[in-house]
Amino acid sequence: MRVLMFGWEFPPHISGGLGTACYGMTRALAQKNTEIIFVLPCTSDGKSVDGGRLRLVPASGTIYSRETEDRLETATRELWEDKLTVHPVETLLFPYDTPETYAERLRWRRLAGLDTDTAVSRHHRDTEISYTLKGGYGPDLMAEVYRYSRMAAVIALRETFDVIHVHDWMTYPAGILAKMLTGKPLVAHIHATEYDRSGMSVNEDVARIERMGLHAADRVIAVSHLTKHVIMEHYGVPEEKIEVVHNAVARHDVQHRYTIPPRLRHEKRVLFLGRVTFQKGPDYFIEAARLVLEREKNVRFYMAGSGDMLPRIIRRAGKLRIGNRFHFAGFLRGPEVDRMFALSDLYVMPSVSEPFGITPLEAMLYDVPVLLSKQSGVSEVLNHALKADFWDTRDMADKICAVLRYPALAKELVKNCHEEMKSIRWENAADLLNRIYHAVCTAGGC
Amino acid sequence: MPSVCFYFQVHQPYRLRRYTVFDLGQNSLYENDDLNCDTLLRVARASYLPMNDLLLKLFRRHGRRFKVGFSISGTALDQFEQYAPELIDSFKALADTGCVEFLGETYGHSLAFLYSRDEFARQVEQHATRIRELFGQTPRVFRNTELIYDNNLAKTVEDMGYTAILAEGADHVLGWRSPNFVYQPSNCLKLKLLLRNYGLSDDISFRFEDRQWSEWPLTADTFAGWCHSVNGAGETINLFMDYETFGEHHRADTGIFQFMEALPDAVLAHPDFVFRTPGEVSDACPPVAKIDVPQFMSWADAERDLTAWLGNDMQKDAIHALYALETQVAATDNAELRESWTRLQTSDHFYYMCTKWFADADVHKYFNPFGSPYDAYIAYMNVLADFELRVRAAAPAAVVSETGTAETVTDVTDAPQKKRAATSGTTRKSGAKTRKPAAVKTTDKTAPRAGTSEKTKHAAEAAQK
Repeated sequence: MRVLMFGWEFPPHISGGLGTACYGMTRALAQKNTEIIFVLPCTSDGKSVDGGRLRLVPASGTIYSRETEDRLETATRELWEDKLTVHPVETLLFPYDTPETYAERLRWRRLAGLDTDTAVSRHHRDTEISYTLKGGYGPDLMAEVYRYSRMAAVIALRETFDVIHVHDWMTYPAGILAKMLTGKPLVAHIHATEYDRSGMSVNEDVARIERMGLHAADRVIAVSHLTKHVIMEHYGVPEEKIEVVHNAVARHDVQHRYTIPPRLRHEKRVLFLGRVTFQKGPDYFIEAARLVLEREKNVRFYMAGSGDMLPRIIRRAGKLRIGNRFHFAGFLRGPEVDRMFALSDLYVMPSVSEPFGITPLEAMLYDVPVLLSKQSGVSEVLNHALKADFWDTRDMADKICAVLRYPALAKELVKNCHEEMKSIRWENAADLLNRIYHAVCTAGGC
Repeated sequence: MPSVCFYFQVHQPYRLRRYTVFDLGQNSLYENDDLNCDTLLRVARASYLPMNDLLLKLFRRHGRRFKVGFSISGTALDQFEQYAPELIDSFKALADTGCVEFLGETYGHSLAFLYSRDEFARQVEQHATRIRELFGQTPRVFRNTELIYDNNLAKTVEDMGYTAILAEGADHVLGWRSPNFVYQPSNCLKLKLLLRNYGLSDDISFRFEDRQWSEWPLTADTFAGWCHSVNGAGETINLFMDYETFGEHHRADTGIFQFMEALPDAVLAHPDFVFRTPGEVSDACPPVAKIDVPQFMSWADAERDLTAWLGNDMQKDAIHALYALETQVAATDNAELRESWTRLQTSDHFYYMCTKWFADADVHKYFNPFGSPYDAYIAYMNVLADFELRVRAAAPAAVVSETGTAETVTDVTDAPQKKRAATSGTTRKSGAKTRKPAAVKTTDKTAPRAGTSEKTKHAAEAAQK
């Protein structure tokens, strides 16, 4: 079985859970002898991992001929102009944006001297054509998505494979194009929907691409039952087409043993780690913190991450006069994240809408008990976690207090999580994926 | 002459509400009144009342040839009175037939024997008194909460004057022996031991409605045939089960009531067979051997041990914290606190904290009003923390200082009362009386509060229907 996989991010260049999930998934698939050609917008040239079974291919700079261009042009126009009616003009579009932050970033880009046009170039050398892609979630994301779809389709024409597997809306157009050109079955994986990311202010173009991709796919994979219901409700995807494959966490040995500084030992630390945006519910976290601090003395709250809501949260902390107990750690990476997890006594994920949410699983690798919002996909697989509705800050505060007051609670949670984590493995997800690949291939007659 | 011996367990716990850290010290309303009332009314309608009616009918039909044993926990009786008083009348009517024997247990359906012999004795006495008052019988057969049993319990119960005790017929205890005989605990001289025939009991209480079961649908004649096959190789078939089996665990449309209606005739069709209550079995049958049970056993789960209530650290933490209050509660000499404490001892609270089968979503989850063992633990510990504050506030000054807790009481709402209790020489009463929140507690039996009286009325109406 050889899979052509279209993805948008892959470690070490990640900005969210999508890259982490793709990494874990492809590694586990490769170990089960599934060959994967993983096409990214850009990567430091085609390297192979896992004994050559996982090959990373950059779409950026793919050179193709005039003849291919002609063939591609018809399909591209049919998809982008007739079906999607999305115009990939180079705008400062960002999937997690609000108008204010958009303007803010525009100003920053000008100050930093970044010009959107120079980063992308289209080469015309008589008969050969190519684009350069930057990857990431740049301001001209839709244009990147458009160019990526064309070049990924070219790669699809060149490679031999059995099935196309695409991750999230950025790669859906590429997947649809590849399916149109090669006739291979398409599996669309949905890690987050536009409705999760944006709440009420949905970007219609993105939603249209999601709808088209999900309907064009032979099989849809949702990361949770929660997401499955979202796409059934908002996009009308028939239930029998959707399979739920929960994410997992890649076990990595914790390299460092972090010791808690003596002066902090009489205190407990409660952690929020994630984008400080509407979706992640940071405002509910600070309200819960306020309630807890009314009752408990020896506790500190840490908010790690950045996002458009950060200034508001900081102002709120000041207004509540809890700034000396509520700390902002900024955006953390690598070992800093490890350290933060390791020093925490409780990890809180108060997400308003979380299709899956891998971070609680990471927290559990450090033996940190977790408190999840019930509106998260991960709570479907984690039984041994505390759960609260994201809007119920009193309940959340009650549970935080309980962890601080009754040591047996944290101990029991961690002990049982250890057992539970044994079954939350990418190997299991890979088995499910392989079954789905075989199913779509036999149905498609290949 | 082999007998079939039915004993039905009737129990309802006072389930706690989601009592949070914000309620702590502010109010002492621990119980989920709505849930308790709804549950009781539901079970009364589906199970208790129709089954009582059926039994009454069977007693009339068979004269004294059909009889059963009942064990009704004190918390269940309290809830009957509080929410559905007609249940008390219904059970009294059963008692008047003379075909029913009431067994003794701990008032709060508690695990007291494991942690405090004094409290155990007190609760057994309290329960016996209650049964005597209501049904005019003094229990002479004892069954401990969830059939938890060991040698020491048997000895204690013998010393209290009981003639027999019930236990699970667990394989690891019986070995090659049959549960269909009367035994004697190894360290007892008079007490008889009746063991549950779990195979035949579970055929009714668990497998009856299981369509995958090869014997489905089970008829009274088939079941009676199984009982008759014991003839010659046993003296009694002890069928012990929850009373909710009839109508609640197995809905009326499974045919469970028809099964039970037909069963006496089917069993009595064999001339050698009779029905006996547990007390009559112990009178009629001499013990055939001694049984040694050095470790605790119960009728729960596959393990038949205590891990359903005391298997993890949360459960142990909670129960130790609970029984650590014993002397202080006793010192307050306050009936209301005593009642609260009894209710907090109900085994169900600890059962809800069980993580053993949590991932499998089976019976534990079915019974758990919290949905998660962690939530159950959190609510329970918050309640216990508030209860401790009340106990300290009500305790005589001497005890408070003796246990060294006076200094640690920091809750602002309690501080003035404590001071008053300490300064006014008359102690207790003043301390208890000043605490208004405690006085509103849900435990007032004689005068149901406004909120529940309406529900009681509904129950009465439902019963009339």
